[in-house]
Amino acid sequence: MHLEAFMNIFFGIVFAPLLAGIISRVKARVAGRTGKPLLQLYFDIYKNFRRGAVYSTTTSWLFRAGPIVGLAAALTALAIAPPLGSAAPLAFTGDVLLFAYMLGLMRFFTVLAALDTGSSFEGMGASREVFFSALAEPVLLLGLAAVARKAGTLQLSELLAAASATSPELVLVLAALCIVFLCENARIPFDDPNTHLELTMIHEVMVLDHSGPDFAFIECGAALKMWVLGSVIVGLVLPGAGENAWLVNGAAMLAGMFVLAISVGTVESVMARLRLLRVPQLLMTAGALSAFAFILVMR
Amino acid sequence: MLPLLLALGIIVISGCAALTAWNKPRLSSCIGAGGTVLGCAVGIIPALEVLMGGATRSLRCAWSMPYGSFFIELDPLSAFFLLPVFFLSALAAVYGGQYLMKYKDTKKLGPAWFFYTFLVASMVLVCLARNAVLFLIAWEIMALASFFLVAFENEKPQVRRSSWIYMVATHLGTACLLPMFLIFGAHAGSLDFDRFAHSLPQPLASICFILALIGFGTKAGIIPFHVWLPEAHPAAPSHVSALMSGIMIKTGMYGIVRMLTFFDVPPLWWGWLVLAIGIISGLLGVLFALAQHDLKGLLAYHSVENIGIIMMGLGVGLIGWSAAVPSVAILGMAGGLFHVVNHALFKGLLFLGAGSVYQAAHTREIDHLGGLIKKMPWTGACFLVGAVAIAGLPPLNGFLSEFLIFLGSLRGAISMGADVAVPLIGAVAGLALIGGLAAACFTKAFGIVFLGEPRSKTAADARESGPLMVAPMALLAAACIAVGFLGFCIVPAMSGVVTGILGFDAGPELKMAGGSLGSITAASTALLLLLACLAWLRRFLLSGREVGSSVTWDCGYTAPTPRMQYTASSFAQPITHFFGSLLGTKKRLQLGGRYFPGAAEFATHTQDMGYEKLYRPVFTAVKQFCERFLVLQHGRMHLYVLSIVATLVVLLVWQLR
Repeated sequence: MHLEAFMNIFFGIVFAPLLAGIISRVKARVAGRTGKPLLQLYFDIYKNFRRGAVYSTTTSWLFRAGPIVGLAAALTALAIAPPLGSAAPLAFTGDVLLFAYMLGLMRFFTVLAALDTGSSFEGMGASREVFFSALAEPVLLLGLAAVARKAGTLQLSELLAAASATSPELVLVLAALCIVFLCENARIPFDDPNTHLELTMIHEVMVLDHSGPDFAFIECGAALKMWVLGSVIVGLVLPGAGENAWLVNGAAMLAGMFVLAISVGTVESVMARLRLLRVPQLLMTAGALSAFAFILVMR
Repeated sequence: MLPLLLALGIIVISGCAALTAWNKPRLSSCIGAGGTVLGCAVGIIPALEVLMGGATRSLRCAWSMPYGSFFIELDPLSAFFLLPVFFLSALAAVYGGQYLMKYKDTKKLGPAWFFYTFLVASMVLVCLARNAVLFLIAWEIMALASFFLVAFENEKPQVRRSSWIYMVATHLGTACLLPMFLIFGAHAGSLDFDRFAHSLPQPLASICFILALIGFGTKAGIIPFHVWLPEAHPAAPSHVSALMSGIMIKTGMYGIVRMLTFFDVPPLWWGWLVLAIGIISGLLGVLFALAQHDLKGLLAYHSVENIGIIMMGLGVGLIGWSAAVPSVAILGMAGGLFHVVNHALFKGLLFLGAGSVYQAAHTREIDHLGGLIKKMPWTGACFLVGAVAIAGLPPLNGFLSEFLIFLGSLRGAISMGADVAVPLIGAVAGLALIGGLAAACFTKAFGIVFLGEPRSKTAADARESGPLMVAPMALLAAACIAVGFLGFCIVPAMSGVVTGILGFDAGPELKMAGGSLGSITAASTALLLLLACLAWLRRFLLSGREVGSSVTWDCGYTAPTPRMQYTASSFAQPITHFFGSLLGTKKRLQLGGRYFPGAAEFATHTQDMGYEKLYRPVFTAVKQFCERFLVLQHGRMHLYVLSIVATLVVLLVWQLR
């Protein structure tokens, strides 16, 4: 195994919180504001790591375990998400499934930790989270299956490498995956991370009661989740530059991720969030796109 | 064969002994549970030997039953199903020993143990029998024993109703099995299973296959023949529910798989059909589970869902088999069969957990529970393991079998033509959706029952169950974890079972799948290490810092009560609303007060679809038809005598003609 297999793990750990900074900077610029510093999330995480914590008397050990399981699952998913041009350290036939289900494990425990507080707000967020992600999961797997059929392999790195040619199917898959990306990472039009009303939130409301290091774990986990799902999209679009060109691959990977963040910021600037009742429809549209892509590949 | 017969003997004799000790509840529990454990321990050894590659053993004795012979055989397929039978029966018996003590003053426990041991013994015999008569006798004992166990609390009208529904449904299933065996027997010239193989020509084979699907599917609980599950499982005592849901319904699966060995390579539409049944059962099972308010009802619908997943595995296997793609056939079959064992482990665990909750809090209503993890830490932890496993999440066992089914479907979907790829990609999408919804359902079940604040007085007063109830749950949880990490050894060891069904060598393919499972174990180990590191990091960071406690954030509201928490119904509402057209949930809302709000009432009720759309219309029609003959039942004795005489005269004349 080459050292460059670990490139994505390194990038993810170092640069994942930067994505949120880029997104909010883009949004600020479009709105004509200066915006917070690019590294704001790093500062937040650092600050939370240094704090004590406050726990609700309702909570049990599960509330404390939730963020830890979430971050550990996100880190394991990071070890499956391939860097450009080489295989990830944990690459095997069918790793696509483990990748999707690791994110499922993260969600399961985040939701349980939210329910452990006994708060209606957090129950509400948890309820929406499990519903939307149940619809998003088939979209992700169908889309990747379409790419897999094109590539003739079930290993994530080989599958993404073979997909990099532009073709109408892949455009459809890309659109579907971008919708899943926005949904899973709680971005507009699914969820507004900056909203101020608990009633309307999804992800942010689930973590209302976490504080200190626990909250830092959650922020790290959320940033990593965005990074791993993003690296699948970037891997789908960008071709790898061969085995030994790790410098080019690394630069392309980073550039791709930053462009993705800028596009998310742009989407968030020009769109309002959807009514919650409309969200399943958008996810079903994404599912239709994936299914259509699969039909096209089957020709 | 001798150890197995010895095991059967021990189990049956202990049951009879427990019955004779009927007025000493503690003694009869000790005999019944002890005998079951001993018998299972003896019986599991030959099953393991055969699975490890030992030779198939058989025993054939003459029997005075017409067309019958006492022909039993232990091959890898039987051994594979016997493993969970012995394991779960023993653990559920230990649990039941303590669980039933609550009833020791109000009920006779002797009969309960008598029927329990006969249920276990009949399930063993069903897996071993190689003669249709013997099989059907064992099948019938199984149905009757479980009927009497379901009717344990027969003083409750609801329980009586449920047990009758179970009785009727299971016999409708058996009614399909009889003609199937007769067709086989007529063509093979014998009712011994070894003469059945490859004996049927095509149209008859398909008819037999459909009959087997309905007959065995009723026992297994496929939609729309699942009506008895949501009735019988909540009504039965919890250790019996665990046994019925964990393994008794799997005997239906065993029946279908055993039938498959009698046919030649199946036509493609069999695979389509089984896969479609699987997807529908899985999806509707989990949706109805989401709409349940009763914890054991929810688990019962999840049995329907998991039977659907097993059927999907078989369907994928069948499609691969008829399309001559060995890798798809092997992975699908292996995944489906592996899920049989996994489901036995985690569903047994969950039912035992639900029983503990019921005994501690005296209610199964999810919306009346809450906060139990603090009162019952062991039950809570075990239930959590079961919940993660049934949601199909790594690193536990449920993920591995779903992984194999996924892998088999994806293999076919990315390489084959449209007639094979379309159903298989449907399986991928269906399984992903089912997995997501199952995660939603078990975050609901675990989150509302065990987390938060108690929603009722009884839940607040709950206490942990006794050690004999906790230990079986802990063992099952440990088994879920162990299987989750040892998949790479277990799946290659299944090659004998899969080879026996498909007829070609499954070894190399399963060894390759074992490689993937090895990587999953590596990832799971990495996950555990990360967990340990992060837990240590958290402890290190918080040591010496101020850790306060406070109330949950409530937007500044000053007097929150436990009743303001989110309930299970509200948690599931977006999903049940979205799929409302499938569920047909009835809502009743009553707002009190005219100008100022008064006492309000809101209730939802989800009727079972199979019962409403299939059973009720059919039985109503039968009843209406039969009611026409009520004129004959007028109660006048002399007219009855007259009609008897008239019938006799007619028969005599007909005979003398």
